[in-house]
Amino acid sequence: MSTDTDTDLFSDVDLGWEHLKNRLFLGVIFAASMFGVVMLALLLFDVATDFYVGLTEYNISLVDFFTRDGSRREELSGFRGAIVASVMLMVLVTILSFFVGVGSAIYLEEYAPDNRITRLIEANLANLAGVPSIVYGLLGLAAFVNGIGMGPILLAGAIALALLVMPIIIVSAQEALRSVPDGVRNGSYATGATKWQTIRRVVLPAAIPGIMTGTILALARAIGETAPLIMVGAIFINRMPYGPFDRFSAMPTTIYNWANEPSQHFIHLAAVGIVVLLTFLFVMNAVAMYIRHRYETEI
Amino acid sequence: MSTESHHESGSGISGGGPAEADNAADRRARRILFGCAAITVLTTLAIFFVLIDNAASYFFGAKVTEMLMGANPERTVTFTEFFTGTRWAPDHATPAHGVLPIVFGTLAITVGAAFVSIPIGTATAIYLSEYAPASVRSKLKPTLEILAGIPTIVYGYFAIAFINPVLVAPIASALFGINMGRYSLLSGMLVVGIMTIPMVSSISEDAMSAVPDELRNGAYALGATKFDVSTRIVLPASISGVFASYILAVSRAIGETMAVTLAAGFTANLTANPFAEIMTMTAYMVKMARGTTAVGTVEYQSLFAVGLLLFVMTLTMNLLNDWFKRRFQEEYR
Repeated sequence: MSTDTDTDLFSDVDLGWEHLKNRLFLGVIFAASMFGVVMLALLLFDVATDFYVGLTEYNISLVDFFTRDGSRREELSGFRGAIVASVMLMVLVTILSFFVGVGSAIYLEEYAPDNRITRLIEANLANLAGVPSIVYGLLGLAAFVNGIGMGPILLAGAIALALLVMPIIIVSAQEALRSVPDGVRNGSYATGATKWQTIRRVVLPAAIPGIMTGTILALARAIGETAPLIMVGAIFINRMPYGPFDRFSAMPTTIYNWANEPSQHFIHLAAVGIVVLLTFLFVMNAVAMYIRHRYETEI
Repeated sequence: MSTESHHESGSGISGGGPAEADNAADRRARRILFGCAAITVLTTLAIFFVLIDNAASYFFGAKVTEMLMGANPERTVTFTEFFTGTRWAPDHATPAHGVLPIVFGTLAITVGAAFVSIPIGTATAIYLSEYAPASVRSKLKPTLEILAGIPTIVYGYFAIAFINPVLVAPIASALFGINMGRYSLLSGMLVVGIMTIPMVSSISEDAMSAVPDELRNGAYALGATKFDVSTRIVLPASISGVFASYILAVSRAIGETMAVTLAAGFTANLTANPFAEIMTMTAYMVKMARGTTAVGTVEYQSLFAVGLLLFVMTLTMNLLNDWFKRRFQEEYR
């Protein structure tokens, strides 16, 4: 939008200065907008070069990296145990948080009367989303690891992460349920179906793609969470876990351990680990996007 | 996140129609679903309970639950020492319980990060909302979302492998002749600042986009330029939404763990020297968890005292954020 004014009319206004001010301002805010982009590029560039240098100069073999577990000795260290632990965590977190999360969303969207209890639950959800992740780790440590004597096992980490992603799953499932038009519901009621039958056979099938997308994105958040796992004691473990009752160290905690070592070899191992972690994230996001686009035009 | 009340639809038909069994199933489903929703409230209560219970044993030598069973409280750490002491070393042979150094560390990181994310985030929001052509917008927004989606551990790595040795250390040695270690306060500020840019920019942009065009056109009609409209109309009109985004970014910075731990280190220093190593509250918790801390020791209990303080700080921020958000929603309904 240009603001061309008649210079004869406004000869007392210094338009040159106005134009300059506008140009300068646009330059400054455009530069600021690019700052984030530049930093992202730097970050990815740094990880990529360290990954490359790790493979070439530090002779980290990718085959060994995927087939060995962690080790105190840098040249024997691998990522297998961490990858297996992270995948197991994802499975457990899904089991623990998906049904409860979707159930809560159904209650809040379809059943909840507009009263004080409902408002309390909603406000509480908003606040839970703002609780620092390390606090969920403290909860896991005090209530499960030591409280009921689980010890620092995979299941304890999964519970902490499940509680952490629950609010995200609930809010995204609520949005998916809200996007199902009321006409669909009324059509079902007209056939004499009860509320629950309507939800189960009409509303949920229509909302499932949105719910799936939200859940996968929530899991993508969980797979990168480090602090809660450190608090429940998932650190300095090199063995691969075989079940939910084994001690473990997942991908992010292993990367943290390596990044904290003074040796350059370990730092480059961390870079290779980060590439694997980001690949996981990328695939999860791609799957979520695919589901979203595939079913966008259904209703 | 909208907390609009959802009006039930078409449930005005009750009784008379469906069979009794269906109604029973309906009631059962409703009860189970309510149980699911109640779990989230239980989570909050559990967090409160665990933090307060364990923090009590740090200050009074016995948990709240133990005191109810008849244990006698004895002052182990006084509140005076905790809140005003300037040395924090609960795990030393000569322990000191002054929490100030690590609170200061957290606040220093938060303030420094705010100096990065608030101006840059706000400028980005103005550009996206008022200036950016659709083609740039559609590329810039997803890029910033990627920035928000990267795990914090990766930012920590970025700080320890790049920002500190490549950006900060050369500056320190060239300008001030300081030989820096692996960690520095300045790296922590920078990396947390970068992390919270997307939060400020996206929420502020939503607020600015919600400002009605009538206001903009009114200003243009009076001969205002785009610069005037952006800074004197749009920004003031969306200010409470913009403030809400600042508070959220600050709250995130206070609770940030992995990035500050890897960037700023593990030494409790009461210093604002940007090239010194410091320790935040979260870094202290990580340090304790890395060690083999036995349950029931003072170090173990100190975790929860610090955790409770952190929780109270972020909760205050979140409540403030709610208040600003509500104010903003009331303005443009």
